[in-house]
Amino acid sequence: MTIVNYDPRLVKSKNPYPKGPNDWKRFFSFNTDAKVIGIQYIVTALFFLLIGGLLAMLIRGELITPPSDLFDPTVYNGLYTMHGTIMLFLFLFPILSGLTNLLVPPMIGAPDMAFPKLNALAFWLVPVFSIILLLSFFVPGGPASSGWWSYPPISIQNPLGQIINGEMLWIIAISLSGISSIIGAVNFVTTIIRMRAPGMGFFKMPIFIWTVLAAQLLQLLGLPALTGGAIMLFFDLTFGTSFFRIEGGGDPVLFQHFFWFYSHPAVYVMVLPVFGIFSELFPVYSRKPLFGYKFVAVASFGITILSLVVWVHHMFYTGTPMWMRNLFMFTTMLIAVPTGVKVFAWIATLWGGNIRLTTPMLFCLGGLFNFIFGGITGVMLATVPVDIHVGNTYFVVAHFHYIIFNTIAFGIFAAIYHWFPKFTGRMFYEGLGKVHFALTFIGATLNWLPLHWAGLLGMPRRVASYDPEFAIWNVLASIGAFILGVASIPFILNMVSSWVRGKSAPPNPWKAIGLEWLLPSPPPHENFEEDIPTVLNEPYCYGLDKPFVEDEQFYIEKSLKKH
Amino acid sequence: MLTENQDLTLNHKPGHIKHDGHNMTGFIIFLCSESIIFFAFFVGYSVLKISAPVWYPEGINGIDVKMPLINTVILVSSSFVIYFAEKFLHKKNLWGFRIIWFITMLMGSYFVYGQYVEWSELSFSLQSGAFGGMFYLLTGFHGLHVITGILLMGLMLLRSFLPDNYEGGEMGVESVSLFWHFVDVIWILLFGLIYLWQ
Repeated sequence: MTIVNYDPRLVKSKNPYPKGPNDWKRFFSFNTDAKVIGIQYIVTALFFLLIGGLLAMLIRGELITPPSDLFDPTVYNGLYTMHGTIMLFLFLFPILSGLTNLLVPPMIGAPDMAFPKLNALAFWLVPVFSIILLLSFFVPGGPASSGWWSYPPISIQNPLGQIINGEMLWIIAISLSGISSIIGAVNFVTTIIRMRAPGMGFFKMPIFIWTVLAAQLLQLLGLPALTGGAIMLFFDLTFGTSFFRIEGGGDPVLFQHFFWFYSHPAVYVMVLPVFGIFSELFPVYSRKPLFGYKFVAVASFGITILSLVVWVHHMFYTGTPMWMRNLFMFTTMLIAVPTGVKVFAWIATLWGGNIRLTTPMLFCLGGLFNFIFGGITGVMLATVPVDIHVGNTYFVVAHFHYIIFNTIAFGIFAAIYHWFPKFTGRMFYEGLGKVHFALTFIGATLNWLPLHWAGLLGMPRRVASYDPEFAIWNVLASIGAFILGVASIPFILNMVSSWVRGKSAPPNPWKAIGLEWLLPSPPPHENFEEDIPTVLNEPYCYGLDKPFVEDEQFYIEKSLKKH
Repeated sequence: MLTENQDLTLNHKPGHIKHDGHNMTGFIIFLCSESIIFFAFFVGYSVLKISAPVWYPEGINGIDVKMPLINTVILVSSSFVIYFAEKFLHKKNLWGFRIIWFITMLMGSYFVYGQYVEWSELSFSLQSGAFGGMFYLLTGFHGLHVITGILLMGLMLLRSFLPDNYEGGEMGVESVSLFWHFVDVIWILLFGLIYLWQ
């Protein structure tokens, strides 16, 4: 029996902050601690969720009546372009990087990320490109207005002839966002491959780690293609080259290939960690082991590989030959197999479980419900005839919002609530959380469910005015959007007041299994420091007589001591 | 001194994770990702060339191969030279390393010079259709990588004069050398695509 010397002076000297860990100024500095960076990412991203949401409400305000009366149609083009860009590149990617930063090191028992300085650099690029993107509202001609996919020839028109124009700033911001994501991806993959706790083989990792690995590999494989396309678009726009100009021998469809080769997998980059969150939370709140752990883990890589060969389904109506359409219809439908494996595994996990309807669990259940719905409309859209019929209508808009907001954002909210006590050391207010969930679920359903009908009836997307026959669906959608806007109030209230004066949180408030729950709340700077536990089993053995780590009692007692 | 923590005991030896030594892993992952940008450009070049009715700008039937071929030979052989520099370093022969390393830098610089001469003699520009754009984009983007490689080598050379810097710190040299091989392989593909496939 080894007795470890816990001289308090030694423990204290490890504290990297001269003013103590609660010094708020570290959140505004070039801090290399993954837990600080994670919170920096999340708070920044939530701020941009508000801005993107404001733009969404302006769009829904315009669409509540058929004629374009609130804005000039040109302004409207800028609004939806910036709404999409902000939500994807300033909200979703940063907030997932934030959650990944917070969760990966503690979950695998690592003290920090592999490259802490690069990690901080990746975060500080976010405010830089955010400011560049937002500045484009103030340049002559307004912001980029060709939609978030920026298809040429519209995106390279530059009618005012300004060298610095909205589209150019858009490309620069997107490229910087790409650099930030690549730095992040190199960091995450290296950390997961090299820094796992002893005993944690690949098939003992939490599913969240599996999905992060799958998603970040996808970033590394796909993102450079978009960067390549963006460089060429930049040259066409600024230096008069003809990569995508048909009159100079270029090919505008080539850009669509570059764009979707990344931007379709990008959806999986965002949804995979959310699958991981579902897989973490369902076992905790139903007190059952995750059903089919190994299959759920491997299915993540099935999705990664398949998602690299489906991008042409976004281009069924842009002159794609028939054999290519059929091929990509097939591969797209194949994606339903690994995702189906996951969905059935979650339902089987819930089946007969001792379910606790806490706020995170409600968001998970809501997200799963919406994901099944959005997945079904996804298979519909993968069918070539259906896609040609409803392509570029509100059916597509409704489908991808069901995935991107009603699934991904729900999963993100679930994760924020679930791990809030761990990383702030405070409990949140359950009542406010449930109000937030109820408003979000009602608002989201009211917003996007009716738009499926509008799309099936033929209402085109990206147009400021529409035929009065679509009015009823749009009024419903707008009411839903405003309810979503209201839903942010209980959320902000909850987060701010809980962090300031919430009840202090125990190390393991949900009675969950996992390395992060063996740490005090909030965890010390280097997580387990010198005493990294040896992992014996995967972290889902609820109700089974299998130990999770060696000497579990030691770590539980240690986490209960105030550090 | 008895403290309240001393009743905590650990029955097994806790694991330990090394804090450093991940640089090479990270760098290899980065290079794999970087190669995708070139891959995207190569695919773009091939697609545009296959589908174009007229590929070269007016008055041009092809591009001269002789000068780029000399360049290719220089760059490819520099990849062997850098290998010997690394070997000298592993044998702790610092001056041997510095001299061979510097020769590699000279060969890289000659490649950039050759590229410059070739560019200045060409009769088409960046704006000359899809081919003009693609040619300058590919050679320019690769040239940027060569210049980056030379600068990194210069950095490593300077570092070798700092005292005690190579006590187990060969990682930087190995990474730069790997980068140089990467730039070399990309050039071979690029040469085949632009100069041989006419």
